[in-house]
Amino acid sequence: MKKLALALTTTAAAIVGFAAAAEAAPTKVCFVYVGSHTDGGYSQAHDLGRQQIQKEFGNKIETPYLENVPEGPDAERAIERLARSGCSLIFSTSFGFMDATVKVAAKFPKVKFEHATGFKSGPNLATYNSRFYEGRYILGQIAAKTSKNHGAAYIASFPIPEVVMGINSFEQGARSIDPSFKLKVVWVNTWFDPGKEADAAKAMVDQGVDILTQHTDTTAPMQVAEERGIHAFGQASDMIKAGPKAQLTAIIDTWGNYYSKRVHALLDGTWKSEQSWDGLKDGILKMGDYTNMPDDVKKMAQETEAKIKSGELAPFTGPINKQDGTPWLKAGEKADDGTLLGMNFYIEGVDDKLPASK
Amino acid sequence: MSVFEAILLTIITASTPLVIAGLGELVVERSGVLNLGVEGMVIIGAVAAFVGAQISGSPYVGLLTGIVGGALFSLLFGFLTLTLVTNQVATGLALTILGLGLSGMIGEGYVSVPGVQLHEIVFPLLSDIPFLGPVLFRQDLTFYLSIALLVGVNWFLFRSRAGLKLRAVGDSHGSAHALGIDVIRTRYLAVMFGGACAGLAGAQLSLVYTPQWVENMSAGRGWVTLALVVFASWRPMRVMAGGYLFGAVTILQFHAQGFGVGIPSQFLSMLPYASTIVVLVIISQNRRATLINTPASLGKAFVPER
Repeated sequence: MKKLALALTTTAAAIVGFAAAAEAAPTKVCFVYVGSHTDGGYSQAHDLGRQQIQKEFGNKIETPYLENVPEGPDAERAIERLARSGCSLIFSTSFGFMDATVKVAAKFPKVKFEHATGFKSGPNLATYNSRFYEGRYILGQIAAKTSKNHGAAYIASFPIPEVVMGINSFEQGARSIDPSFKLKVVWVNTWFDPGKEADAAKAMVDQGVDILTQHTDTTAPMQVAEERGIHAFGQASDMIKAGPKAQLTAIIDTWGNYYSKRVHALLDGTWKSEQSWDGLKDGILKMGDYTNMPDDVKKMAQETEAKIKSGELAPFTGPINKQDGTPWLKAGEKADDGTLLGMNFYIEGVDDKLPASK
Repeated sequence: MSVFEAILLTIITASTPLVIAGLGELVVERSGVLNLGVEGMVIIGAVAAFVGAQISGSPYVGLLTGIVGGALFSLLFGFLTLTLVTNQVATGLALTILGLGLSGMIGEGYVSVPGVQLHEIVFPLLSDIPFLGPVLFRQDLTFYLSIALLVGVNWFLFRSRAGLKLRAVGDSHGSAHALGIDVIRTRYLAVMFGGACAGLAGAQLSLVYTPQWVENMSAGRGWVTLALVVFASWRPMRVMAGGYLFGAVTILQFHAQGFGVGIPSQFLSMLPYASTIVVLVIISQNRRATLINTPASLGKAFVPER
């Protein structure tokens, strides 16, 4: 009976030419995650964004999601299934979904797609990413102020541009305070293995490192820092629970505002394919509370954050030399986005040899 | 504490779960059953231990729930392969997949909850002996259990009557049956022992190694264990040696990176696997001895005549 009434009202609305149908049938905004929605890191950050828009738009939208979707042929099937099931907008949230999303987007021109962290787009396929490196510059500055032995260790996953960019930005921030700062990089060759991440962290602490930063997904390194009484930075999520005395701050991914903006555009009919790469000023990237540090360091960090937000400071501003001493950026010159997104070299001061990527 | 001591302690933590799960699987395989579900049993042990410790507030209760969880989960494998005579390889693989999924479901509410840590036991006086003290007498319970398991399994398999029967079942279940040994019962007990050990290894992961729960946190250690048992040619001491070698190379390659050794990190990441295989292949060069050690009925189903 309810259904019939609903159908009648919908038809009536359509006849009258009312666009009120949106209220009766929620628009489907769908998500694809590479991990579980409670992984404590990357996929969870996206899911928090999903929950935020579900709350904001209420019964105007529905937000089904698929989790643990492996990158590869399965991804294409999963995305296509969503496209067939009546999704108006699909967010595919992992770099490895890029080609699958491109293929499905070509097949379903009426459905809109958004791919996170990729570089291929189309008329109905937008891309979005976050300038994580802006946050890492602040971490570097804090590390340079708080380390007793002018150095830190960077627990890194894979030698892809995103991670190399993070390492360089951290070092650049540190060198702006302490030119003799040395950054040790230790590769674990995994995004997700708490045991290995902890092993790497312990090895670095045993070698006398007193600041840890990580570019991997679990809180294990933070836990090691807490146990051994040194400091560390959270990654992707606020990790203060794992390191109440250890965490100095964290770079936190908050996709919710971006998702909200895009769903607004979808509902207004103003959605366009764009390539979005926002940072601190747009709120897509947030800094965790500045804790466990002296007031002057906290003040410096807040000032740097404000300067990055206002555009006064760009982390990659010359003069910067490459690791071998050859010049990269002249004084005052800023790095362009293309170079950053394909970054495959270290800057001066990084104490590591870059493993060949690919 | 010197750097050397610190490195040694980290190696012990990294190796202990491999040794424990390996010794368990060794007993299972010696009874003629091939259980490829170690990874699944380890992760079930990890989540059971974490949840148990959270609810009770005691890491020792957690340790116990981990062991019981692993054993109960292995019972499912036992029922399917021993009673219903399903294919052991396929059932073992299914057990791993089920374990990973089930543990994720059980642990859903426990992600990013601060863990209860199993702390080391300090023996007065003994712990103060330079070097030996911290390494041998300031460890958590799982390390002592791993040593006890090594001694116990060795004694049981090669010195006890029950162990002789178990090996007989593994070598020729038909003959063992003819001699009046209850093959199915023996194998059930062995499978449950293996499950309990895998559960204990999982408990070590979520209470000692990294005191937290995250999905898939076993990260392939169960598979490493399975390889260790085969390459160790079903000898307990070699499982121990292989486990420690694997742990040592894992930790040392991070130190090598930290000290700036110019070797590609991908190569260093591979080293634990490669070196363990190479060393275990070398020590099991004696083909005759290896053949004698290989349980002849391994992986074969037994259906008693009625």
